[in-house]
Parts: sequence; C-alpha cells; structure tokens
Amino acid sequence: MSYTFALAGNPNCGKTTMFNEITGSTQYVGNWPGVTVEKKEGRARRFKEEIKVVDLPGIYSLSPYTMEEIIARDYILDEKPDVVINIVDASNIERNLYLTTQLVELGVPVVVALNMMDVVTTRGDQINLKKLSELLGVPVVPASASKGQGIHDVMQKALVVAQTAATVEVEVPKLRFDAKMEKCLDEVQNLIAAYADRHHYHKRWVALKLLEEDQEIKKKLDLPANVEKDIQNCIAQLENEFDNDTETIIADGRYQYIADVVAEAVKKKNTGSTLTVSDKIDKIVTNRIFAIPIFLLMMWMVFRVTFGAVGSWTIDFVDGLVNDTIAGALSSGLEAAGAAEWLHALVIDGIIGGVGSILVFVPQIMILFFFMALLEDSGYMARAAFIMDRALRKLGLTGKSFIPMLMGFGCSAPAVMATRTLENEKDRKLTIILTPFMSCGARMPIYLLFGAAFFAQNQSTMIFSIYILGIVVAIISGIILKKTLFKGEAAPFVMELPPYRIPTLKGLFIHMWDRGKAFLIKAGTVIFSAAVIIWFCQTFSFTLQMVEDPADSILGVIGHAIAPIFAPLGFGDWRSAVAIFTGLVAKEVVVATLGILHGLGEVAEDSMELHTALQTYFTPLKAYAFMAFTLLYFPCIAAFGAMKRELNSWKWTLFAVGYQTGIAWIVAFLIYNVGRLFGLT
Amino acid sequence: MQRTLKDLKPGETGRVAKIDGKGPVKRRLMDMGVTRGTEILIRKVAPLGDPIEVNVRGYELSFRKAEAESIILE
Repeated sequence: MSYTFALAGNPNCGKTTMFNEITGSTQYVGNWPGVTVEKKEGRARRFKEEIKVVDLPGIYSLSPYTMEEIIARDYILDEKPDVVINIVDASNIERNLYLTTQLVELGVPVVVALNMMDVVTTRGDQINLKKLSELLGVPVVPASASKGQGIHDVMQKALVVAQTAATVEVEVPKLRFDAKMEKCLDEVQNLIAAYADRHHYHKRWVALKLLEEDQEIKKKLDLPANVEKDIQNCIAQLENEFDNDTETIIADGRYQYIADVVAEAVKKKNTGSTLTVSDKIDKIVTNRIFAIPIFLLMMWMVFRVTFGAVGSWTIDFVDGLVNDTIAGALSSGLEAAGAAEWLHALVIDGIIGGVGSILVFVPQIMILFFFMALLEDSGYMARAAFIMDRALRKLGLTGKSFIPMLMGFGCSAPAVMATRTLENEKDRKLTIILTPFMSCGARMPIYLLFGAAFFAQNQSTMIFSIYILGIVVAIISGIILKKTLFKGEAAPFVMELPPYRIPTLKGLFIHMWDRGKAFLIKAGTVIFSAAVIIWFCQTFSFTLQMVEDPADSILGVIGHAIAPIFAPLGFGDWRSAVAIFTGLVAKEVVVATLGILHGLGEVAEDSMELHTALQTYFTPLKAYAFMAFTLLYFPCIAAFGAMKRELNSWKWTLFAVGYQTGIAWIVAFLIYNVGRLFGLT
Repeated sequence: MQRTLKDLKPGETGRVAKIDGKGPVKRRLMDMGVTRGTEILIRKVAPLGDPIEVNVRGYELSFRKAEAESIILE
C-alpha cells in the first residue's frame, strides 16, 4: 500500500524542521502547478510502507485571500491526501489551533502533531493531551521536531489513521457555532448537498465558506441563481441579527471555541507578565535608539565576513583547485589522448575558463546564503521588516517587501518569487521591479574582478559603494514610481514577530544548500551552455571559419556593432560590449566572457593575467561606470522568467526590465561624465 | 468618540469590541486572533514611529497604526 500525507501548519511552527526530519535526503523541491509557490515532496524514511509526504505552504488560515492558502486548501480538497498532519506550535497554541479548526472541516483525517513541547515544558505549562484530543476530535501526538523527538510517533499515528480510514468514519468537527448560525448552516447544507457531493466536498465546510461569501468556492460549485439567492437571504438574516458580517461571526465563533478548548486542556504557569528571552532580546534589538544601528551593524558584519578575509581565502582555494589542479590534469590528459586542438581549446578555454571563473565564487555565495538563512531562521528577518516598514512605506513598499529585497542580495530569481508573501498586488509589483537593484550574488564576481584590478587599495569600500548605489537607485525609483504609476492608498501590514530561536546548524545548512544548489545547477547548465556557445562564437566567424583574432569572430562583430551604445558611458570597447550582451543570460557570464575573450582559460595561473588585460582598455572611472551598469541593467534570464511569472503580464515584465536597463544607462553615464568633470580617470 | 487601539500607549491593554471595515485586511487581523473580546497589550512602537507591536493570545503581532485605528475597543 502507498499513502500520501500532507503537512499543514502556521509559518514558524517548525514545519520545515519536521519535514526535513521525516524525509531526510529524499526531498524534491519544485513548484505548485501554475504558480511559483514552492512545493516540497519527499518519502518518509524508516517505514516499510511507501509514504509520500507533501509539505503544504505555511499558512494561518484557509481564507481565499492569499495564494498559499488557496493552494493548501485546494490540494487537500482535490487531491485528498490520506492524512493531513497538522503541525501545531504548542507554545503558541491558540492561534495555531485556528487553522486546525478549519482543517478538520475539510473532511480528510487530521492528526495533530503538537510541536515544540520542549518549550512548553521549559515554561512550566502543562497540556492535557488526552483532553485536547477529545475536545478537538482528532488524535494529538506530542513532538519536538528541533530535538528530533516524537516525529516517529506522529508518523506512526498518521499511518494507523490512514490504514483504518476506510473502516472508521471521519469524526464530525466538534466545533459548533451559535445556534442561529448552526440553523443557517443546516439550511445551506441542504441547499447545496448535491453540488458539494459532485466535487466530493464536505457539506458543512462548503456551507461555511458560502456563508463567508468565499468567491473561490462559489466559482468551483457554479450554483444556480435560485440557490445563490437563498444563501444570500441566509447571510442577510445573520448579518442583521448579529449586526456584523458573516466572516466576523464565523471567525469569532472559531476563536471562542478555541478559548474554551485551551481553558480546559492547557494549564499555564504564569499569565505572561514575566519577560521571556525573546522579549529581552527585543528590548534591545527593536529598541527605539539601538534598533537601526544594530540593523546596520549586522548587515555590515555579514558583508565583512562574506567579502573580507574569509571570502578571499575561499576564492584563492577554489581558484587553485580549478585552474591549476583540474585544468592542468585535464590539459595533460587531453594531450596524452591525442585530442584535436579545437577540442582542447573548447574544454580548457571554453568550459574550464567559463565555468571555472564562476565556480571560484560559489563558496562566497554559499557564505552569503548561510547568513541569509541565519537571519531568517533566527527570527531576525521579521524584526528587520518591523524596523524598516516606515522607511519602506515612503517608497510605496511595506516592511514585508524588505525580506524579498534582502534576499535579492543573494539571488534575484528566488527573491522575486518571495514576493508571493505580499498580499497586495501593488506592493508585489513594485517590489518585483525594485528587487533586482539589490546586487545579487551573481554580480559579485564582476565587482571582485574589477575591484581587484582597479581598486586594489580600497577594494571592499568600492564594492560596498556599489551595493549602496543599488539601494539608492531603488529608493529613488520607489519614490518616483509611487508618485506616478503606483498612486493610491498604502497597503496594510499585519505580520507575526515569531520568538527568537537558535537555529540548528543542520537546518541552516539545509536552507543554505537548498538555495545555493540552484546557483550551482545554474553554473552547471545555463552557464555551461553559455560558455560553450560564447567560446564557439568567439572562435568562429560568421562564415564558420576559425579565426585568429577574436575581433573577427561572431561575437567580435556583434560587440563592435553594439559597442557605440556604451561609448558615452566610457566603455565602448567591443569586448566589454560583448560581456554585457552575454550577461543577459546570467550575470556570472560577464566575467566568464571576459575570461574567454582574453583566452585565459589555458594560461590563467591566477587572475592577475585578466587584470592586466583589462587595464589595457579600462581606467578606474570606466571600470566603476561598468560595475554600476552591470549592477542595474536587465538582471538575467532566470530573474526575467521569475518576473514574468510573478507579474503575470508581458507588459509589466517588459516595463520592469526596460526601466532597469534605462536607469543603468543613465546612472553609468552620470558616473562617467560627472567623474570626468571632477578630473577623475 | 469611540476608543480605538491607536489611542493606547505601550504597556496599556484594551479589549476588542469590533473591527471596522471588510475584506482581506480585516480577515487577516481576525485570522491572527484579533476577534471580539480579545485582550491586546501594546508592546512598543517601531523606532521610526510605525508600525506597532502588540501581544495577542500569547504571541507577538505587528501592524500599522492605520490598522490599529480600525480596531475599536470596548
């Protein structure tokens, strides 16, 4: 027999940890069909039975207002997993049970995994599990995912439930609303019974959703006009009697029920008058005076470690490994095998030269992703949003935009996808347009190369200034766009500040690896192919003759053709023009292209060779203008794809990348020409 | 004048009577546990003056003063 279990729970309830513990290395990360919300699947370890585990998006409710909530409920309703494992944060039980009350109404067996029991015990609170299970009408199993406790018990229980599901009737939800509401619910259930059965939906749940005027369900059921009218009458009658809308009556009813359950099953040691560790940390971290300096200091420290001594050391290490050891071995291997000269050139100059120049930056990018994971998993990211909200609102954004923006320093593509957490479409659009201005990891090689070649004395300051430039451009753009295209009311901001948690090293590494992997795959696929194509285009002419001078090659011709566009910006050389052109594929390719164009795959003992080559046609001022241009123009194919999917409109996507490229040109122009006015070179 | 959550200072507590408005924001607030009869403790105001942090149902929630103004107290 094979089974499917779905994991559902609030954000920050330890769901990801639980999922990692259950599935181990069998995880598969993809997307939900048609949308860009992440879908994770895996196989449960340590079970004879074939158990597929699906990680649903972290949600607070099953309302129809966010993509994540709609995905989660559609999955449960339409795919009918054998069991829904509802992970409940026991240390924040009231709000977590709100989702539980909705899950049990869907008509699929639910097992509650009462997570973070260790926190509850430490606090000295007591939860009567038997009572809780009785009151909720579903099995409750205690666990502490972060300590690896109780996970097997949860799975065991879920398996038993799945195996007996066919013979045991799913319990009717214990939650009962006010008598008047129940009467209406009965009426509506009778009205829609046939329609709900057709979709195999639970009648009571459908009736509730219809009373809430849930548009998604209405669309799915496609009720005849007379039934709709009867339902409208019920709603009007209820709203009249309660002097409130039905959504409110139902939400009130749920929390009322939860309060009763908690009062009976949970014994709290104190009433929350003492300060928790989290409160104490927050006293300092979100303090009126210290918050912003601390925030800036943290960002600066992440930078120092990533781009300072630790980062440079990793670069030297990988550089030696790839360009000396591997390239050397391959080169002599190919010669020994008597490979043709062109094949030798392709492998050493094209592939090693192209992919190798990217690989050296992988450790640094991993370090950056590690810090991102640390900030996110510890709970600081939410504080950053809290601190920065007011400032971001001035740009027409919300504090929540801050998280995708910050992720943008890692990689624009997932950052653009992360805008899904913004409920408001205007916020989302603007955040998507501005996020690529945050300098992503892929652009770092460009700055590192040019920084080392032209600003040896003050490399990290110059690189830091490029990052600041991106932020400044985003701020100015935000203000302009807010006043023009995105006029109107500020969007709401409602966000949980989860307690600080010490992330587990394992969790951090999984998180880092998940993101870093995407980067490596890109290096292996897109950049690999790009490297081969670029090598081909710079080795052959349009007549497919091998050329001596790359200037006569296909790329050389393209480069010469587009170079005049960049002449006013200071870098009118055909080679930099080619690098910008190929950089459309991915920003890493810019450096790879320069490496290939200078034929350095074979000779590069270290990048000093490339530095010297670049110094022949760049000056520090030109180099800086070039860095600024590559920071701001069209992000890359992957980010473009993500933007298209998230914006869901060609018009907006083209506007976004057009705007970015236009701004890039203007800024680089200003840097070069204003710089020259001040006598810089 | 109705008293709203916005009128409270950090350290003060209020009990929710109702939330003004309709639609996603109101629903989100209710989903997060801000419903009739709930006690809300104002924790602090963000360094730049907005949003605010409150304690509701034993956890920390943050929203803007504009949202606080729509939460009417008993």
